[in-house]
Amino acid sequence: MTVETKLPFNQEYIQAFSKDRNEPGWMATLRSKALEMADSLDMPKPDKTKISNWNFTDFQHSYKEAAKIASLDELPEELKAYFDKDASMENLYIQRNQTAAYNSLSQELQDKGVIFTDIFTAMNEHSELVEKYYMSDAVAVDQNRLTALHAALMNGGVFVYVPKNLQIEDPLQAIFWQEDTDSALLNHVLVVAEEGSSVTYVENYISHNDTEETVANLVTEVFAHDNAQVAYGAVDNFAAGTTTYVNRRGVAQRDAQINWALGQMNDGNTVSENITYLLGDNANSEAKAVSVGRGKQTQNFTSSIRQFGKETDAYILQRGVMKGGASTIFNAIGKIEHGATKSNSEQESRVLMLSEKSRGDANPILLIDEDDVTAGHAASVGRVDPLQMYYLMSRGLEQEEAERLVIHGFLAPVVSQIPIESVRKQLTQVIERKVY
Amino acid sequence: MSGSVLEVKNLHVSIEDKEILKGVDLTVKGGEFHAIMGPNGTGKSTLASAIMGHPKYEVTEGTITLDGEDVLEMEVDERARAGLFLAMQYPSEISGVTTSDFLRSAINAKREEGDEIPLMKFIKELDKDLDYLDIDQNMATRYLNEGFSGGEKKRNEILQLMQLKPDIAILDEIDSGLDIDALKVVSKGINKMRSDNFGCLIITHYQRLLNYITPDFVHVMMQGRVVKSGGPELAKRLEAEGYEWIKEELGIEDEETAEQNA
Ligand SMILES: Nc1ncnc2c1ncn2[C@@H]1O[C@H](COP(=O)(O)OP(=O)(O)OP(=O)(O)O)[C@@H](O)[C@H]1O
Ligand SMILES: [Mg+2]
Repeated sequence: MTVETKLPFNQEYIQAFSKDRNEPGWMATLRSKALEMADSLDMPKPDKTKISNWNFTDFQHSYKEAAKIASLDELPEELKAYFDKDASMENLYIQRNQTAAYNSLSQELQDKGVIFTDIFTAMNEHSELVEKYYMSDAVAVDQNRLTALHAALMNGGVFVYVPKNLQIEDPLQAIFWQEDTDSALLNHVLVVAEEGSSVTYVENYISHNDTEETVANLVTEVFAHDNAQVAYGAVDNFAAGTTTYVNRRGVAQRDAQINWALGQMNDGNTVSENITYLLGDNANSEAKAVSVGRGKQTQNFTSSIRQFGKETDAYILQRGVMKGGASTIFNAIGKIEHGATKSNSEQESRVLMLSEKSRGDANPILLIDEDDVTAGHAASVGRVDPLQMYYLMSRGLEQEEAERLVIHGFLAPVVSQIPIESVRKQLTQVIERKVY
Repeated sequence: MSGSVLEVKNLHVSIEDKEILKGVDLTVKGGEFHAIMGPNGTGKSTLASAIMGHPKYEVTEGTITLDGEDVLEMEVDERARAGLFLAMQYPSEISGVTTSDFLRSAINAKREEGDEIPLMKFIKELDKDLDYLDIDQNMATRYLNEGFSGGEKKRNEILQLMQLKPDIAILDEIDSGLDIDALKVVSKGINKMRSDNFGCLIITHYQRLLNYITPDFVHVMMQGRVVKSGGPELAKRLEAEGYEWIKEELGIEDEETAEQNA
C-alpha cells in the first residue's frame, strides 16, 4: 500500500516564498516546475527497506527569522563542542533553523575569490554560477519525488566556490542547527572546486526534536573539475523525531578526487544515498561512512561510485554498529562502465551487531561492463569476537570498557578520516552516547 | 607480606564435553618460577586458559584460588585485577586500538577512579620498557597486535607484563617463534620481574628458554595431569632424552593404545 498524501503546498505558496527571498527568476521557475512534477514522481526505492509509511511529505515549512549569533558563547554547550576551543571563528557558517546566523570567511580567501555563503545570498550575488550547477548534473530534480520536493521547497544551505588553482589549507566548516523542533529542513549544499583547486569542507547537522516529528530532505552536490580535490566530511546528528532523506552526490572530472567521510549518527529513520561519478580519466574517490543504529530506528545507506573515465579508482568503506532493535541496510555499489579501462573498484562493508534484536545487512554489489579492470569486495555481519573480549578482559578491562575499545577500533577507519579534530572528537562522543 | 599464592587443586577441565585436564595440582608462590613442559596436546594451554577464565573451557571439578580467594567465581577481568596475567600463545589482534591506548586503559583499570596514571608518567614508563625490550617506538602507536610478526606479538606480551606488574603470571610458549636475540630480550624482561612479589608459570617446549630464565621447579604434563615434578635438572634431561623415559618410568600408555586395551 502506498500512502497517497496530497502535498500540502501549492504554487502560490512557493512563488510567494521565492519572492520573499528575492530569488532570481530561474530559481522561481525551477521551484514551480519541481512542485508540478513532485505529485507524479515515485518515492525513492531504497533496496530492502520499506519506506512507504514513513512521513516525508507532511511537514511545517513556515519561515521565521532566527536571531543572529554574535559570538560562540551564545551557543549551547552541545554545539560548542563542534569547534576547537581557541578556534578563530573564521571560515565558519552557522545556520540557525533557516537563518544564516553566522558567516565568516577570512579576508585572504575572500580576496582570492573564494565564496562561502548561504545559498540565498549566493543566488543573489552569483546567480549564473549557482544556476550552472544547481540540480542539473549531479542530483536531478526529477530523480524522485523527494528530490523534486527538495527543489520546490529548498529552505537553507550553503555555497562553496573555490577558484582555479587555489589550494585552501584550512577546512571550511558549516553547522546546520535545527534549534526549533517543528520546522522541516530542506537544505542544499553546493560545492564547486575549479580546475587544480583543493578544499576541505566539514558539515554538522544537529537537532533536538526527540519526540516532535519533522522531516529533513537534504541534497549535496559536489563538483571537482580537472585535477581538483575535495575532502567532504559530515556528522549528521538529527534527533529521533526527524525522518531524513539525504542525497549527496559528487562529480569528478579528469584527475580529480572527491573523498567522503560521513558520520551518519541520526537517531530517526534515515535513507541516505551517496553517489559519486568519476567522469574524467584518472579520477578517484573514497566514500567512507559510519553509522550507529539504536532504539527502533530503521536506516538504509547506499554508497555508490560509478566509474566512466579510464584508470579511475574507487574505494567504498562502510562500518555500522547496531544495537537495540535498530535495523540497517548497507548497500555498496561499485559500477564500472564500458570503456573505463584499467579502472579499479574496491569496497568493504562491515556491520557489528550488539544485540539479538537488531538487524543489519551488508549488500556488496559490483556491476562491471568492462573487461580490463580490477575489482574486489568484502562484506561481513558479525558480533563482537569473544576471543578479543577475552584477551582485553584478561588485562583487567571491564566488559563494557573492552567492548567500547573494540567498537571504537571497529569504527576508527572512518572516524579517523573526519577532517577537523574537534568534529572528530565530537563524532567519537556521539558514538559513545549512542552505544551506551 | 611477601607474594601471592596461586593454588590449583584437582582441576578437571573440559572443552566441548571432552575432558582435557584430569586432576591437576599445582601451587605457585610469589618469588617462585615454575616451568611446565610436556608433549603437544597434553593440556598445558588448557591449564593456562582455565586459570585465566577463557570462555570455552569448562571447569568440571576442582578449585583454583589466589590468596585463598576463589578464582573460579571471578570474571576474567576480575581475575586480572586480582593479580593474574596470561601471556597468550596466540594473542588477539585488536584493529583500530593502539597499543598505547590499550595499555593505558589496562593500567587504569587496576587503579581507582580518580587515580588514573598521569599521561606523562605513563609515557615515560612505556618508553623505558619499550627501550628495555628493544621494541621500536612506533609499536606503541600501531594497532594492538594487528599485522605484528610472531616475535613482535611475543615481545608485546612481555611489554604488557612489565607495564601491568601482576602478582602471578603465566607465560604460554612465550619463546615460540623467537629468534635468538629476541629470546634474550624477552628473557631479560621476565627476569627483571623477578622479586618476592612475583610468581611465574612458564610453559615451554625448550630448554633453551630455561638457559636464560632458571626455574625453581619444573613440571611435566601428560594426558591432562602433572605427572612429574623436579628442579632445573629435569628440564635438561627432557631436552636430552625426550619424554619416553617418563612414560616408561610411570607406566603411561599412549591414549589410543590405552583405549584399545580397555
Ligand atoms: N575446541 C576444541 N575442541 C576439541 N578439542 C580441543 C579444542 N581445543 C583444544 N582441544 C584439545 O585439547 C587438548 C589440549 O590442548 P592444549 O592446547 O591445552 O595443549 P598444549 O599442551 O598446550 O599443546 P601445545 O604444546 O601443542 O601447545 C588437545 O588435544 C586439543 O586438541
Ligand atoms: Mg599450548
